[in-house]
Amino acid sequence: MDLTIIVFLLGGLFLGWSLGANDAANVFGTAVGTRMIRFQTAAIVCGIFVILGAVISGAGTTETLGKLGSINAMPGAFAVCVAAGFAVYLMTKSGLPVSTTQAIVGAIVGWNIYTDSTTNIQVLITIIITWVICPIIAGLIAMFFFILTKKLLQTTSLHLLRLDAYTRTALLLAGAFGAYSLGANNIANVMGVFVPISPFTEINFMNILTLSSTGQLFLLGGIAIAVGVITYSKRVMLTVGNDLLKLSPVAAFIVVISHSIVLFLFASQGISNFLHSLNLPSIPLVPVSSSQAIVGAVIGIGLLKGGKEVKWDIASKIAVGWVVLPIIAALISFVILFVLQNIFNQTVYF
Amino acid sequence: MFSFKTESIFGQTKQLEREIDQFVDILSEVGLVFKAIIPLYLSNGASEQFDKMVTQVSEMESKADKITKEVERTLYEETLIPDARSDVLRLLEHMDELIGMYQGNCYHFSIQKPDFPKEFHDDLKNLTGTVVNCVESLCLTVRSFFRDIKSVRNNAHKVTFYEKESDKQFSALARKIFDTDLSLDKKMHLRYFVEKIDRICDHAEDIADEIQIYAIKRAI
Repeated sequence: MDLTIIVFLLGGLFLGWSLGANDAANVFGTAVGTRMIRFQTAAIVCGIFVILGAVISGAGTTETLGKLGSINAMPGAFAVCVAAGFAVYLMTKSGLPVSTTQAIVGAIVGWNIYTDSTTNIQVLITIIITWVICPIIAGLIAMFFFILTKKLLQTTSLHLLRLDAYTRTALLLAGAFGAYSLGANNIANVMGVFVPISPFTEINFMNILTLSSTGQLFLLGGIAIAVGVITYSKRVMLTVGNDLLKLSPVAAFIVVISHSIVLFLFASQGISNFLHSLNLPSIPLVPVSSSQAIVGAVIGIGLLKGGKEVKWDIASKIAVGWVVLPIIAALISFVILFVLQNIFNQTVYF
Repeated sequence: MFSFKTESIFGQTKQLEREIDQFVDILSEVGLVFKAIIPLYLSNGASEQFDKMVTQVSEMESKADKITKEVERTLYEETLIPDARSDVLRLLEHMDELIGMYQGNCYHFSIQKPDFPKEFHDDLKNLTGTVVNCVESLCLTVRSFFRDIKSVRNNAHKVTFYEKESDKQFSALARKIFDTDLSLDKKMHLRYFVEKIDRICDHAEDIADEIQIYAIKRAI
């Protein structure tokens, strides 16, 4: 394989690494921060399930991103990834809870503008609407689970210690599901732009297992996310666990499971097809923000408790993120594409 | 690897549940022994049987100490119930103090051998009964804190009720003591014992109040 291809792929892998380092905290942050689960256990489970989610269920959201803009040159894909990564870095430095999802969408639109390609407005609107309803759905699911769990705990009269043991197990399982959903939903952000120009060819393992070129990309991206989780997420997990979410372990489980369900809903081809078969409106398969799903769930629980715990400042920052981040990413994408094409003489589109 | 770990978490949990239950049982049993010791002392003085029962209380106190240390070690080493750990440990510590108060009372009777005139016997027995009932209600409050959080308030209310009763009985008995022709030193000596028994109730009420706060914190 050409060395330049590997270099360009590194842009996506870097984005994957940063996604793993940051978003794993949404899945296991509270559990690790409150010492309910050891970091080592969380990192291993998260790493494995992120990869599984990416390889098994990552296709749906990638297809949607592909409809938004079909990047057809490797340096172009590299520029889009680097622009998204850099935009996330800038916004994170300014303290906004941003997502790679919004960054990559902005960067793709930037590529569309630079290359004079048409942006599919219908897809763009679907994506933006999904971002808005994602935290709302997470909040509603969290409310439902909160009421259900409260009733269940009242009727079962579990011993405090037994409840603790069950909560640990539930946090681990919810975390595994969350990691799977994160991989399935967010792999499109990391590797989606490389799919149409994948340099890989199909691999067949003794006629038992076939790994398509897209599958190999997703596996690589999943591994990059897993490496991010293992190498750099500990500090973020401890911060999230101690500062952002002052929740009981049971409430933390509810938040994680609600977040995971939302990410899974927006990534599952199976559920989408099932709803379609019932003549119901199918769920758009769109990469959504893990952080925003978490905050939505926390706000849902906060509202049930009377609204005092609602972090309205974070809620307003999310709204700012929806608008500002994609625009910044689009601008950076535009600039990088210009530099790559005119200074480094790279073909950023065909 | 994970199934093994899960099993070990549940195994430890069951063991800890047993130990905490055992600890509450000891507090309850020490109360029952104390309830029997006072009438025994009043009728027979510091007899051999009385000494045996004091030794029994000491043994129970040592056992309770051992359990507290074991629970503390496991909770910290295994990082169990991180959000309620300090509350549970403080609760056990305070309950251990109650056992120590029972034991202290027994020792003081054994060492100082107070001479209670017959006219105070029934009042002292009643006071002891109320104190033991108060601690018994506390034991129920503690058990409900661990198992049935919605019953905490009801049980804690009973502790408060018995504490008020005990205060009334203490005041009446103290007044009765000081209304007699006994010498002042003797009056003060008897009052000291009555007050010391009554203090068990005060401490039990403080613990019950704390448990109510812990219960609020336990809400999801």
